[in-house]
Amino acid sequence: MKPPPFEHHAPRDLGEALDVLAEVGPRGKVLAGGQSLIPMLNMRLAAPEHLVDINRVESLATLDLAPEGVTVGALARHAQVERLAGHPLLRQALRLVAHPVIRNRGTVVGSLVHADPAAELPAVLALLGGSVRLARLDAAEGVVSREVTAADFFVGSMESAVQPGELAVSAYFPTPPERSGTAFREVARRHGDYALAGVCAVVTLDDDLRITAARVACVSVGPVPVVVDVGGLCERRPASSVDWAGVARAVREVTEPDDDIHASAAYRLHLVGVLAERALKDAARDAAGPWGSSSAGT
Amino acid sequence: MEREREITLVVNGAARRVRVPGRRLLSDCLRHDLGLTGTHVGCEHGVCGCCTVLLDGEPVRSCLTFAVTVDGSEITTVEGLAGADGMSAVQRAFAECHGLQCGFCTPGFLCTVTALLRDNPAPTDEEVADGISGNLCRCTGYQNIVKAVHRAAELIAEET
Repeated sequence: MKPPPFEHHAPRDLGEALDVLAEVGPRGKVLAGGQSLIPMLNMRLAAPEHLVDINRVESLATLDLAPEGVTVGALARHAQVERLAGHPLLRQALRLVAHPVIRNRGTVVGSLVHADPAAELPAVLALLGGSVRLARLDAAEGVVSREVTAADFFVGSMESAVQPGELAVSAYFPTPPERSGTAFREVARRHGDYALAGVCAVVTLDDDLRITAARVACVSVGPVPVVVDVGGLCERRPASSVDWAGVARAVREVTEPDDDIHASAAYRLHLVGVLAERALKDAARDAAGPWGSSSAGT
Repeated sequence: MEREREITLVVNGAARRVRVPGRRLLSDCLRHDLGLTGTHVGCEHGVCGCCTVLLDGEPVRSCLTFAVTVDGSEITTVEGLAGADGMSAVQRAFAECHGLQCGFCTPGFLCTVTALLRDNPAPTDEEVADGISGNLCRCTGYQNIVKAVHRAAELIAEET
């Protein structure tokens, strides 16, 4: 259980990091928190020739909270983002990511790039319609960057849109609209394990606490997060009179979980419907807030 | 021959210079290069928590950290928890409450709990369970470990 040999690069700034990445191309891998990559190296599931360790690139250790959303730099650790007040869904999701000690080291952007179909953060990015900023060094133009939306970022299981030579420098998580609430529900075999199935939800209410918009993103039920807009099915009703069984059915219809040693596809399909209903009700209650919690939830 | 790099780690207060290849895990650097075998290595993929050490005060998995990445950092291992007056409050509480049997997981628990109580001096049962959820113990059934954490909190409160 030791990593295979590799050439270690420790760039001091973004330009140097992109320079090395451009040079090593597909033979290189970026090391940030390492909480997914190092186990893969230790188990020899990955054997890159070059590791570009960005832990000294301080310009990437940023966290910007604006009213419209949070921009998380590539070196912001899970634990730092978890402590950030002002974006409740990120906090709700991060509390489900592994264990506190792992979160001291792991990074939010690293989790996105890793693109594990059972991971929480890709679902949050997909649910909110966020994006990831990718930078690379172009021979003619110097540093160029592109913004990739969540819908295009998650390409397949453990596969993101990051191309050889590119570095994911930040991720942007938009703030849900006003009078919105959020929730994350999942079932895992043990606390901190990857979820057998999980659902995050955002629900928006009008002044009479009727649901005007509702979306879920589901994890562990397909190669990439499955986003389902269930706003229409809520028929502008208060949460107490929505046809939740119909909503759960609609979510099940668009998810295609697989069997594995932890759970059957049928069980995952069952779970995703149950969790969607719970997450949506929680989110509706959260949206109603202190001024309507008694009538909005059920 | 693999290229090696000279790094400096401040381990338990003492600066240590060591030459390591890029792939040297911090856990192996501590144990093999520096002879600090108190840090235990269980699973080497981040599940068991035995190798937990404090990196600039924060608990991390030393088996999921490369030594070269933390060049220049301060590391506290289980060997560094005791003070001039003997064992730390957390260590004494584990002994008093029988929070260990075989002792293999204990260094990881001690480092994790030391940081946990620093950040949250009076945790609830739930907060203790969450705090130690990343550390596996195959002997105790955890009950005495949870007791030890609460006892350590008491001892720290009495002594400060």
